[in-house]
Amino acid sequence: MQISPLKQTLPSAETPLVTVEDLRVRFRSRDFNVPVVNGVSFSLGKGEVLCLLGESGSGKSVTMRALMRLFPSTAVVSGKINVDGHDILGLSRSKLRAIRGAVVSMIFQEPMTSLDPVFTIGSQIAESVMFHEGASRRQAELRALELLELVQVPSAKRRLIAYPHELSGGLRQRAMIALALACRPKLLLADEPTTALDATVQIQILLLLRELQHELGMATIFVTHDLGVACEVADRVAVMYAGRFVEQGSITQVMDNPSHPYTQGLLRSTVHEGVRGVRLETIPGSPPDLAELPAGCSFAPRCGFVRPDCTMAVPHDATVGQGHSARCVLVG
Amino acid sequence: MHAPVGRGPTGLAPINGARMFNYALRRILYSVPIAVGVSLVCFLLLHIAPGDPIDAIAPESASPQLLAELRAAYGFDRSLPVQYFSWLSNVIVGDFGTSIMTGRPVLGELANAVVNTLLLSGGAVLVGFVFGLLLGTIAGYTAGSPADRAATAFAVAGISVPNYWLGLVLVVIFAVNQDWLPAMGMGQGAPFLSWANLRHFVLPVIALSVIPAGIIARSVRGTVAEVRKQEFVQTLHAKGLSPFRVFIHVMKNSAPALLAVMGLQLGYLMGGSILVETVFSWPGTGFLLNTAIFTRDLPLLQGTILILSMFFVVINLVVDLAQALFDPRIERN
Ligand SMILES: Nc1ncnc2c1ncn2[C@@H]1O[C@H](COP(=O)(O)OP(=O)(O)OP(=O)(O)O)[C@@H](O)[C@H]1O
Ligand SMILES: [Mg+2]
Repeated sequence: MQISPLKQTLPSAETPLVTVEDLRVRFRSRDFNVPVVNGVSFSLGKGEVLCLLGESGSGKSVTMRALMRLFPSTAVVSGKINVDGHDILGLSRSKLRAIRGAVVSMIFQEPMTSLDPVFTIGSQIAESVMFHEGASRRQAELRALELLELVQVPSAKRRLIAYPHELSGGLRQRAMIALALACRPKLLLADEPTTALDATVQIQILLLLRELQHELGMATIFVTHDLGVACEVADRVAVMYAGRFVEQGSITQVMDNPSHPYTQGLLRSTVHEGVRGVRLETIPGSPPDLAELPAGCSFAPRCGFVRPDCTMAVPHDATVGQGHSARCVLVG
Repeated sequence: MHAPVGRGPTGLAPINGARMFNYALRRILYSVPIAVGVSLVCFLLLHIAPGDPIDAIAPESASPQLLAELRAAYGFDRSLPVQYFSWLSNVIVGDFGTSIMTGRPVLGELANAVVNTLLLSGGAVLVGFVFGLLLGTIAGYTAGSPADRAATAFAVAGISVPNYWLGLVLVVIFAVNQDWLPAMGMGQGAPFLSWANLRHFVLPVIALSVIPAGIIARSVRGTVAEVRKQEFVQTLHAKGLSPFRVFIHVMKNSAPALLAVMGLQLGYLMGGSILVETVFSWPGTGFLLNTAIFTRDLPLLQGTILILSMFFVVINLVVDLAQALFDPRIERN
């Protein structure tokens, strides 16, 4: 496959592919004004896989969308996002379109509704290739076929002219992955790509994603509720709570030495290899109302180790070890 | 080599030829019983009405014997089923009988009126559909904004104004107060594309197109706004497509719903408007229907109603087929 012509700078091996600094997103309209992402910073190297963990509503999807500035008009965004040398939040609309789908692309949760029902699978993939690479229709169709074969869609030729409703959920998600990979992105965003699928199909899609990630070497951010999945695919993990990364580190660091009480609770409340046979506990209390976050640590109201200084100010990101940090006053 | 993706991203869906052909054939065959049913209803509606057309046209002084002869001549003395089947079998070969009033073949009268109405409604379709689509699309794309509210207000106003009343107001303003445009009839003998001919179209076309424009604008707005909220639109943006390409996806998804509304409006317009054609003395089907009703000219009335109903049946068929062209899911059942 050709390489997309969109590369502007060739960052040195040391430069991370993605750097996010103090990302803040709020949704504001006449009826609501909710801060959803409250100061997220991280970086991701080329070819690295980051897993985002966290409860429903903690802002995982919004953070992902921020990386391609995919927001409704009600969003108010601040901070800095750099992907492969592009200042995502500062780009003009047309430059942004050149990035979307080519440098950064996204796999959505719902394969049923994320594809256009009245266009064939092949034409939806080819459209992307034609748009970003100026390929002719024939070239683009050939690429679409290659891609369907790459994501292991059986009888790919026939599927090229199938409509989304003619495919099973698993095949549709494969088609969605093919679409996301169409222009060889450097950063793949996968927002719970298997949640909507049957258990057996989930595993197949995960294995496929892992295989493709190894093969194509793109950096990947993976949202999941499933710690087991995170352990399987991730190099690094970030745990989100109420719009902040409360802990991030390599997968082994976070699994072996969870340092934020929320992460500890999350590990105890989920089935994963480390705790098989151990009684599951749930985290007491319920997720906070984003519109009325407490002044200090958002987790304080549910935390078993809460101290007076927890409610004074938001704890800063304290270093636990090399590349491992947690926003908790108990650390450091 | 690989399977062709067909016309792919730009135009219509690539159609599985054989499947579409089967669907079209099936759909056309279904239309036959519908058409027969419609013809039966047309026939019965007119024959169930009390009174006899011969009574209505014959002079008071006519002897019972003359009346009976007339009845026999027009076939009104036979039983209803016999009358229906003989009428139907004649209609199928294009014989709609003879107008009682004029004594001329119904077919000729109808053909003239249909052509006149089609010319007028063609103009109204052009104006009404273009305006409706434009307003509705703008409103659907800017849902909630002042532009949307303005377009919607315009659409509601269009739907609420009775078209014959609008026609009268237009006549008063532009034909009576200002002698700018003619108030009556069609251009006589002038070449079709000349202003001398086309000026006759202006007022009736405006009067006729306002309601369809409003109805279409409203349903386009609803459909487009609904489609734009669907998740796949986000995928299109995530692909980096231009607003125009996204627009094409949105419109293709909206097409089946829009075709349905436009088909219905087309049917109404093709039928001709009794009121508007009467206001403007336009010699179309509406005018003809009006005459036929008041003179109790049964063969003429029957023929006119049948032809107008058949317009609906045919438009329905065309809409169904067109919808299947746009939406592959429609063929399935
Ligand atoms: N367009 C929007 N307008 C208003 N609020 C929004 C919008 N999109 C998201 N939110 C809110 O932002 C919060 C975070 O949403 P987000 O989708 O990022 O959560 P999440 O962590 O991905 O959760 P899940 O696991 O359920 O997918 C939620 O409370 C949601 O209601
Ligand atoms: Mg989400």
